[in-house]
Amino acid sequence: MLTEDSRAIDTRHLGFTMSPHEECGVEEAVRIIEAHGGDSVVLTLGPSEAVEQLRDAMALGIDRAIHLQTDGQEWDGEATAAALTDAIRADEAASGRFDLIFFGNESADSGGFQVGARVAHALVRPCVTGLKRVTLEGSSLRCEQEVEGGRDVYIVPLPAVVTVKEGLNLPRYPSVPGRMRAGRKPVAVSTPSRPEPRLELVRLVVPAGQGRRAEVLGSGAAAAPAVVEVLRKAGVL
Amino acid sequence: MTVLVLVEQAGGTASDPSLQALTLARSFGEPVHALVIGSAADLGPFGVRVTHVAEHEAFVSYAPDAWAATVGQLADRLAASAVVAAGTERGNEVMARVAARTGLPLAANCIAVAPGPPVTLTRLRWGGSLLEEARLHSPLPLITVAPHVVPIEQAPVATEVDRFTPQLKEQELLVRVLEHVAAPGGGVSLTEAKVVVSGGRGVGSKEGFAIIEELAGLLGAAVGCSRAVTSAGWRPHTDQVGQTGTKIAPEVYIACGISGATQHMAGCKGAKRILAINSDAQAPIMLSADYAVVGDLKDIVPAISAEIRKLK
Ligand SMILES: Cc1cc2nc3c(=O)[nH]c(=O)nc-3n(C[C@H](O)[C@H](O)[C@H](O)COP(=O)(O)OP(=O)(O)OC[C@H]3O[C@@H](n4cnc5c(N)ncnc54)[C@H](O)[C@@H]3O)c2cc1C
Ligand SMILES: Nc1ncnc2c1ncn2[C@@H]1O[C@H](COP(=O)(O)O)[C@@H](O)[C@H]1O
Repeated sequence: MLTEDSRAIDTRHLGFTMSPHEECGVEEAVRIIEAHGGDSVVLTLGPSEAVEQLRDAMALGIDRAIHLQTDGQEWDGEATAAALTDAIRADEAASGRFDLIFFGNESADSGGFQVGARVAHALVRPCVTGLKRVTLEGSSLRCEQEVEGGRDVYIVPLPAVVTVKEGLNLPRYPSVPGRMRAGRKPVAVSTPSRPEPRLELVRLVVPAGQGRRAEVLGSGAAAAPAVVEVLRKAGVL
Repeated sequence: MTVLVLVEQAGGTASDPSLQALTLARSFGEPVHALVIGSAADLGPFGVRVTHVAEHEAFVSYAPDAWAATVGQLADRLAASAVVAAGTERGNEVMARVAARTGLPLAANCIAVAPGPPVTLTRLRWGGSLLEEARLHSPLPLITVAPHVVPIEQAPVATEVDRFTPQLKEQELLVRVLEHVAAPGGGVSLTEAKVVVSGGRGVGSKEGFAIIEELAGLLGAAVGCSRAVTSAGWRPHTDQVGQTGTKIAPEVYIACGISGATQHMAGCKGAKRILAINSDAQAPIMLSADYAVVGDLKDIVPAISAEIRKLK
């Protein structure tokens, strides 16, 4: 459902959950830390309710969180990347460099396909996108992309930025103790100011052509001949 | 005033998404110039006045930063008024890097544009289940075009070819494809199958997929599934259809025990015909399917297989 001004989805009854790509990024970060040691931080730019996602990530094993709080207005990809870059720089100045930064390949809501590449460019780090497998090999990262006919392999030195897709791994379910611990982990909150977006949302529209109804061929096993008839007419039998 | 379009090609033939991008790019005005990396393609039929072929020994393997540098250099030289690419994996990632390098906004997956300033455009969001109308405030609009939405239109013109060698820095070759590992053969590929039989949570278990596989086998179909199934570990993610899975466009899509969430339908709405098999006559998928059978898939799917066997 859209809000009254058609500028956003009405999230009042939806809650904030991580999207599949990002959830896989979080899981991979946790696995790498479990295998090689170190610590991990989760970062989001969003309204106060977005803290739910940060807690979810910490329940999976992330150590601490940074919340760049907004008033709920849209930030375009350029502004989002700039705010994330500033926050990463500030955190690195205080706590040391991140060897690896994970992004989703594209956000589920905006689908801008750009925030990861922008942050990587600003930090002058190599960026590999759309990954379905990453393997740490010493101070390098082997990155695999699924492409037509197989996989393309990249190897980049750390520090690096990667953008990942669902299928990278099968994220664990958070355990009850994991959830309890997440409640006690630190969340650093700040409120960056929003620049005028240069990709300016005017309104969201529901595409036409929805709301037809399927022709019911029948119920139960008795409908099988009607199904076969449909397949025959479609030229696939 | 030159509109520059990055055209992806294989074996001298431009990809369909690139031809769709060329079609939409003409909304910005003429002339349209194309950039192809490596080898030329004949783009005169698609309204391209000049095809710029970028040649460099580094282009033997794909290197996204090198592609972005090449796009940037050519856009500068032509004083381009807009840069357009297909909203493919590569198109989107190259344009994101162009946007980062130039410090300009990027509008991904557009389906309509009108010149500005500001440029007004419509683009896909939420995996295509919502459209965004937006204004793009930029001295050089950067656009990618959503694949398979804009129909390809021809606009034949006399065309010429310009070959050039971009200046590439070592750092721009750091990220490059070092190896291609071929997928193990066998099985019908999800993206190419004419029929896809998918199972959702309603299938009930990993073993429950035996009847789905049986029907798929009889139809020469690929097996697909919903995210509920991959999350449960019943099928690999490579089988998942949807916004964060594979997008397919078969002749027939058979969805068994799938409720029809928008994120699932985002992956199969390209199907010519959708048949839903669901015990709930009110399931949301009834509003996107063409045909439905109501009832328990454990009875219906084997009955369809038996009926097909009778024909053989
Ligand atoms: C950002 C994002 C991205 C996503 N990407 C994807 C994606 O790529 N692909 C995807 O599939 N989902 C995706 N999802 C998840 C999606 O929202 C749904 O949760 C998911 O598609 C539900 O799967 P399902 O239909 O199998 O399960 P359910 O919604 O639980 O539906 C099961 C259906 O089976 C029917 N049923 C039960 N038993 C039987 C029976 N015996 N016989 C017949 N019918 C039966 C029920 O009536 C019901 O309709 C995404 C979600 C988000 C937030
Ligand atoms: N508001 C945000 N907060 C944190 N990360 C974000 C935000 N927006 C986008 N990202 C990250 O950038 C990726 C790509 O987003 P996009 O460029 O919008 O498709 C997402 O998958 C996230 O990992």
